[in-house]
Amino acid sequence: MKKIYSRPKCLKDAIFHYCPGCGHSIIHRLVAELIDEMDLRGKIICIPPAGCAVLAYNYLDIDMCESAHGRGCAVATGFKRAQPDKLVLTYQGDGDMAAIGTAETIHAANRGERITSIFVNNAVYGMTGGQMAPTTILGQKTTTSPFGRREAFEGYPLMITDLIATMKGAAFVARNSLATPAKIKATKKSIKKAFEVQEAGLGYSLVEVLSPCPTNWKLSPIESFKYLEEIMEKEYPLKIFKDITKNKDSNI
Amino acid sequence: MENKILMKGTDALGEAAIRAGCECYFGYPITPQNEVPEYMARRMGEENLVFLQGESEIASINMLLGAAASGKRAMTSSSSPGISLKQEGLSFMAAMELPALIVNIVRGGPGLGNIAPSQGDYFQATRGGGHGDYRIPVYAPATIQEVYDLTMEAFDVADIFRTPVMILGDGMLGQMVEPIDMHPKKDLEMPAKDYILDGAEGRPSRIMKSLILDVREMEEHNWKLKRKYDLMQQELPKHEEFMTEDAKLVIIAFGTAARIAKGAVKRARSEGLQVGLLRPITLWPFPVEAIEKLANKTSLFLVFEMNTGQMIEDVRLALNGRVECEFYGRPGGVVPAPQEVQRIIERYWLQKEL
Ligand SMILES: Cc1ncc(C[n+]2csc(CCOP(=O)(O)OP(=O)(O)O)c2C)c(N)n1
Ligand code: SF4
Repeated sequence: MKKIYSRPKCLKDAIFHYCPGCGHSIIHRLVAELIDEMDLRGKIICIPPAGCAVLAYNYLDIDMCESAHGRGCAVATGFKRAQPDKLVLTYQGDGDMAAIGTAETIHAANRGERITSIFVNNAVYGMTGGQMAPTTILGQKTTTSPFGRREAFEGYPLMITDLIATMKGAAFVARNSLATPAKIKATKKSIKKAFEVQEAGLGYSLVEVLSPCPTNWKLSPIESFKYLEEIMEKEYPLKIFKDITKNKDSNI
Repeated sequence: MENKILMKGTDALGEAAIRAGCECYFGYPITPQNEVPEYMARRMGEENLVFLQGESEIASINMLLGAAASGKRAMTSSSSPGISLKQEGLSFMAAMELPALIVNIVRGGPGLGNIAPSQGDYFQATRGGGHGDYRIPVYAPATIQEVYDLTMEAFDVADIFRTPVMILGDGMLGQMVEPIDMHPKKDLEMPAKDYILDGAEGRPSRIMKSLILDVREMEEHNWKLKRKYDLMQQELPKHEEFMTEDAKLVIIAFGTAARIAKGAVKRARSEGLQVGLLRPITLWPFPVEAIEKLANKTSLFLVFEMNTGQMIEDVRLALNGRVECEFYGRPGGVVPAPQEVQRIIERYWLQKEL
């Protein structure tokens, strides 16, 4: 019998602590597959966030350096400047990336740091129990927006990916989703491109991934994938915002 | 005087760092330490090393953490409000046992305060500063030669003990120009950096982290750090004594205040008073033994600080009630003349009938 699906080599044989239906597990797998396929294990350093994915090092069998909440892009910058030949990846949630770490993220992008960020947008603070995130949708109920997010009080969902796409230092910026197997494949393609852009030294690369948090959305896993496609993707349209290799003589 | 050259404090600090093998500098402008990043921007550029002006002190300390995790000697510098912002990162580096140099050119505070020389950050520096149960070695140079020497030493101590190390100075020390001997770095044998991250090529992957959810494991990590701090307490304390052999009154002061106090001691000596100076060079670990020894033959200690009384707590702990201890302070950025401290010495000399 031919084996057509197996655990990537750099994904540890461990049980995910993530809730059933959580997007983090899927993204971890995509990253692990790419590390194997692109033979990156010997040069990649991943900076996990404070957030549900802080324990990513329990699953990915690669060098990892934890960061304080929101500071991933600064840690990555310091590392990459010191070791320019390594591949540096930050893995961040929406609170991490677009609230407490906004400054670090924007400035790293603007300097064109040769790093890659995977930005997992689940529109809530997962780890701390489902509070409002900068990306929480108008009307969405969370533990700290119990009446639903109201623009007059809590403002609007923050479009940090759109913002970063305007920066000259950003070389590849995309928003993907985990809603269907085809979209998961497209997500993998974007992450691959982001790694290639970093390897080519072209600038900052960012892949936002719309990802379900069934626990804090208070939906079943199946319902939450539906919510992802019908609600989240409306608010956050899927798009390659920027790909400077498109206008360049480049074979990546 | 043969090999001595005139150097400004901030330049001596930067040059010593480069000669000590510092390969990365990250910082954010704040007076009175701007000459450090300015010097480093030029010199690191000339040497093809990493200089990066971060978008904030928070970013800079986390860049420092990243560079330290990669195994490079790295540093940051700032002044009081900026050092407050660095505390979270410092706590993470202490937890992850990452070596690096952090320079605080202290200014008057609290709040925005002013840019004048102050020693108001003694507590913050010597009590860890950030959250959690940790300490870091703190060096307080008083001359430009010492700025140069201790900067070099700080990098070695950081690597030997795998710890962030702080240099505490002030704007006066930063701006002052003195002749110094720019000797090359000592050739010490350093422990292998077998913890760094560089891609798991042909070896098991490594994790650098400070999250330890299991309370027993966290407790063990705390005790492990404590054993390291105990070792530092045995090996690192440094101090200078000046005319203490026959002194009945000993002033204890550090950094700029110690320079002033030394002037006061000389003046009092010329009046025939038996006074001396003990100058802690390491503020943590504090030179407790040296103070204990002097306690046997001294009638009065006088702590002089450019704050409202912080180091005096460590002096009192060291004395443990055995000898009387008085305090004189000038906070807010005031730099008194030696005559002023001399008058305080004379007042106590008469009052206590020494
Ligand atoms: C300085 C600081 N403030 C707050 C926290 C608490 N905290 C940890 S993770 C987090 C938010 C997590 O949400 P997100 O970044 O969206 O990631 P998720 O858990 O949803 O994947 C918060 C507020 C912290 N660790 N550090
Ligand atoms: S709380 Fe949400 S983001 Fe966190 S593991 Fe559970 S489903 Fe995933």
